[in-house]
Amino acid sequence: MNITRRDVLKAGAAATALSLMPTIPAHSMPKKGGRLRLGLDGSNTSDSWDSRTHSDIFMILSGHGTVFDCLTEIAADGQLTGELAESWDSDDAKTWVFNLRKGVTFHNGKSFGADDVIESLQLHVAEGAKSAAQPIVSNISEMKKMNEHQVQLVLDKGNADFPFLMSDYHICMFPAGQIPEAMANGIGTGLYAVQSFDPGVRLVTKRYADHYKGDGVGHFDEVEVIAINDTAARMNALMTGQVDAVNRVDFNTEPLLRANPNLGIFEVTGNQHYTFPMLSKTAPFHDNNVRQALKHAINRQEMVDKILQGHGQVGNDHPIGPANQYHFSDLPQTEYDPDKARSLLSKAGLSELNVDLSASNAGFPGAVDAAQLYQASAKAAGININVVQEPADGYWSNVWLKKPWCACYWSGRTTEDWMFSTAYEAGVPWNDSEWDHPRFQELLYKGRVELDSDKRRAIYHEMQMILNQEGGVIVPMFASYVGASSTGLANNGTIGNTWMMDNARMAERWWFA
Amino acid sequence: MKAVALIILNRLGLGLVTLFVVSVLIFAAVNMLPGDFAQAILGQGATEEAVAAIREDLGLNKNPVARYTDWLGGILKGDFGVSFAQANFSSFAGEDASKGGIGSVAAQLEPRFKNTLFLAAVAAIISVPISLILGIMAALYRNSIFDRFVNVSTLTSISSPEFFVAYVLILFLAVLNPVLPSLSNIFAEMSFTERLIKTLLPALTLTLVVTAHMMRMTRAAIINLLASPYIEMARLKGIKPARVIVFHALPNALAPIINVIALNLAYLVTGVVVVEVVFVYPGIGQLFVDSVKIRDIPVVQACCLIFAAAYILLNLTADIFSILSNPRLRHPK
Repeated sequence: MNITRRDVLKAGAAATALSLMPTIPAHSMPKKGGRLRLGLDGSNTSDSWDSRTHSDIFMILSGHGTVFDCLTEIAADGQLTGELAESWDSDDAKTWVFNLRKGVTFHNGKSFGADDVIESLQLHVAEGAKSAAQPIVSNISEMKKMNEHQVQLVLDKGNADFPFLMSDYHICMFPAGQIPEAMANGIGTGLYAVQSFDPGVRLVTKRYADHYKGDGVGHFDEVEVIAINDTAARMNALMTGQVDAVNRVDFNTEPLLRANPNLGIFEVTGNQHYTFPMLSKTAPFHDNNVRQALKHAINRQEMVDKILQGHGQVGNDHPIGPANQYHFSDLPQTEYDPDKARSLLSKAGLSELNVDLSASNAGFPGAVDAAQLYQASAKAAGININVVQEPADGYWSNVWLKKPWCACYWSGRTTEDWMFSTAYEAGVPWNDSEWDHPRFQELLYKGRVELDSDKRRAIYHEMQMILNQEGGVIVPMFASYVGASSTGLANNGTIGNTWMMDNARMAERWWFA
Repeated sequence: MKAVALIILNRLGLGLVTLFVVSVLIFAAVNMLPGDFAQAILGQGATEEAVAAIREDLGLNKNPVARYTDWLGGILKGDFGVSFAQANFSSFAGEDASKGGIGSVAAQLEPRFKNTLFLAAVAAIISVPISLILGIMAALYRNSIFDRFVNVSTLTSISSPEFFVAYVLILFLAVLNPVLPSLSNIFAEMSFTERLIKTLLPALTLTLVVTAHMMRMTRAAIINLLASPYIEMARLKGIKPARVIVFHALPNALAPIINVIALNLAYLVTGVVVVEVVFVYPGIGQLFVDSVKIRDIPVVQACCLIFAAAYILLNLTADIFSILSNPRLRHPK
C-alpha cells in the first residue's frame, strides 16, 4: 500500500464537479492594489483570534482566510494543495510526514518551523480545551519533529484523508512559545497582517510584504472586514457602494441586486445542507418503514423553490454534496409519493401516523416554514405532522439531539469520511439520528484506510445508498452559498464551494479589475 | 438654594435605589431567558462536556444569588468585572490574553459609550432647536395650514417604528439620492468631519423620532399661557404676536419644555438600540444587542446601568431646571 501526494491530488481532482454561475467577469491578468471592503455577518464582540473557537464566516474569513494559514489548503477547484506544508507522504495512511515550507515568517518576524506545527496542534487537545477540531487532532498519537522543516505525525487510526483534515479552519498555525500573544493580537503567517481589530465591529489588515505565496495571490494592499449582522444593512451597504462584497444575500432583495448594473451575484452549491434528523432508536422512527414513509412524504423541489427560493438543489437523504469527491450523483432520487408513503406505513402496521416535528429558525433559516410545508405535503399520505415551534435560544442544547425529530443544518465536510465520522459514526457525540448500522460502520472503517480511489468510490457510494434507503436523516435540500459583489471585483472564474465567500479566501484570490 | 441641594441629594439617593432594582430585574430577566453563555457561544458544538467546562470556568454553576452578590460586590468597588467573552478567551489563551483582544467590561464600554454620546449629541443639536422653533411657530400660527402640517408630519414620524423611519431615510438619502452613507461604522482614527457625515443618518432618524414630543409640548405649553391675563395685557399694549410669545409666554412655559427636552435627551441615549443596529453604528446599543445574544450578563448589566443612570440623571436635571426656572419653587415659603 502506497499513497503519495500525487494520489491524494488525483483524488482531489475528481472533486471539481462545481456548479458555478460566474456572473462576475473573469479577467486573466490580476491587478494589484486597492482596499477590499467586505461586509460580513456572523460576528460578535466575543470574537478572538483563537481559531479553535471560530465558527462563523466573519472569523473564518478573517482567520484562516486572511491572517493565518493552515498546513494544507483546498483550492478553488476543490483540489488539495500545500499551504504551510510543501508536500506530504504516507506509506500506510497512519504515519504522515509533512515537509514544511522554508523561509516562512510570522508577522512578528519569527520564522516558521516544526515546533510551531506541533505546538499549534497540541492546542486542540490541551486539558479543558473546547476545540471543534479536537476529534481530528486527538487521533494523532505521536507528533515528532524530524528536523526544523519536517514533522512526522503518527495516527491512532489510519486516515487516508488526513492531509485534507489539516486544511480545517480551526487548525491554524501559531508561533510556538508566543501563542497567547499571537491569539491576543492576531500574529499569523497569512497574506495580510492585522492593523486593527475591534471584535464585533471591524478588522483592518495590510498586505504582508515578501509573503511566501508570492505575487500570484493576495492582490489587495489592504483588506477591511466590516461586521454587518443586520441583513438589510448589509445589502444597503453593498448597494450604496460602501462595501465591495457581502455574504448571505437576502433572497427578498436579490432582484434589486440583480437589477443593479454595478453588482453581480456569485452562487455556488457546496456541501451545506438542511436536514430533519430522526432519533432512529426511538419510536416510531425505529421502524425503517416509518422513516422511508416520511422520506416519501416530503416535497423536496417545493422546499428548494420556496425555502431556498431556487438557490440550491434537492437532497437525497445523505450528507454528501456536490463539493465532495465521491458524490453519488446517479443514486435514484427519492421522490414525493404519498401513495408509496401510505403503503410503507401500512407495512409498518399503521393506518396513520402522528408525529411531532420540532423546528426553529435556529435550525436553519426558514426551518419553521419548511416544517409547515412538510406538514401539508405529508397530510396527503395520512401522516399528521404536529409542528412544534421551539425557541431559537438554546436550540442546539435543548432540542437538537434531544427531541426525536427536529430541524438541523450542516455546513458539510470536505471529505466523506469526515462528514460520516462527525455525524453518522456509531457513538459519536453529534450523531443526531442515533445511527448505528453494522454494514455502514464496517464500510466507514474500510474507507478510512483505503487508498485506492476506485475502491473508495465504491465504498462511499454504498454508504450513501444505505443512508438513502435506511438512514435516519431526511436531507431535503442542499443550500447554495450566495454572495454578491461589485463588478469592480474580479476573480479567475473558479469560485470555491467548500465554504462561502470563495472558501473564505476572497482576500487571497480576488482583485480589483 | 439649600432646599435645592437637599432635593438633589434626596433624588440621587433614590436614583441609587432605582439602579439597584434595575440591576436585580435585569439579572433575573437574563437568567430567565432560555440558554446561557456557554450554550450560546458553542452553538451547534454545545456538547455536554464543553458546556460544563465553560460553565465551570466562568462560575456559571454557582447559584444565581451568589453570582449576583459577587457582581454587586465588584460594582460597589467600582469594578464592572470581566465580560464572559473575555473570561472565556483568557481561559483558552492564558493570562497574557488581556494584553490585547477583548478588555474588561469597562474598557469594552468606554469607546462604545463615547460613540453613543456623540450620536446623541449630534441628534440633540439638530432636534432641540428644530422642535423649539417649530413649536413656537406652531403656537404663533396655531390652527393654520402650517400648524396642521407640522403636527401631522411630526406625529407620523413618531408613530412609525424607528427601523421604518431609518429605512425610509436610507431609501431617500442613501439609495435613490446617494448623499449620505447608509453605513455608520465610525472608528477612532476617523476625522471629525467624516465621523459627522457618517453619523448624520442615524442622527436624523433619532431627530424624527423625538421631534414630535418636544415640539408639541412647546406648542401646548405656550398656547396654555396665551389665555392668561398678562398675555392679554401685553397684546392690548400692542406688542407684536411673535414678541408676545418669545418674550412673555416662553419664559413661563420653560419648565414643562425643559422637562420634555430632558426626557427626550435621555431617550437619545437609551433608545438608540434599534437605530444603531440598522446603521451598524458601534455604540452601546449594538454592544447591548450582541451581549444579550450571547447572554454575556456582566456586559448586559453594565449597559442597563448606563441606560438607567442616563434616565435618572437627566430627569433629575429636568427637575432642577424646572425648579430654577420657577421663582415660586425657588423661594418656597
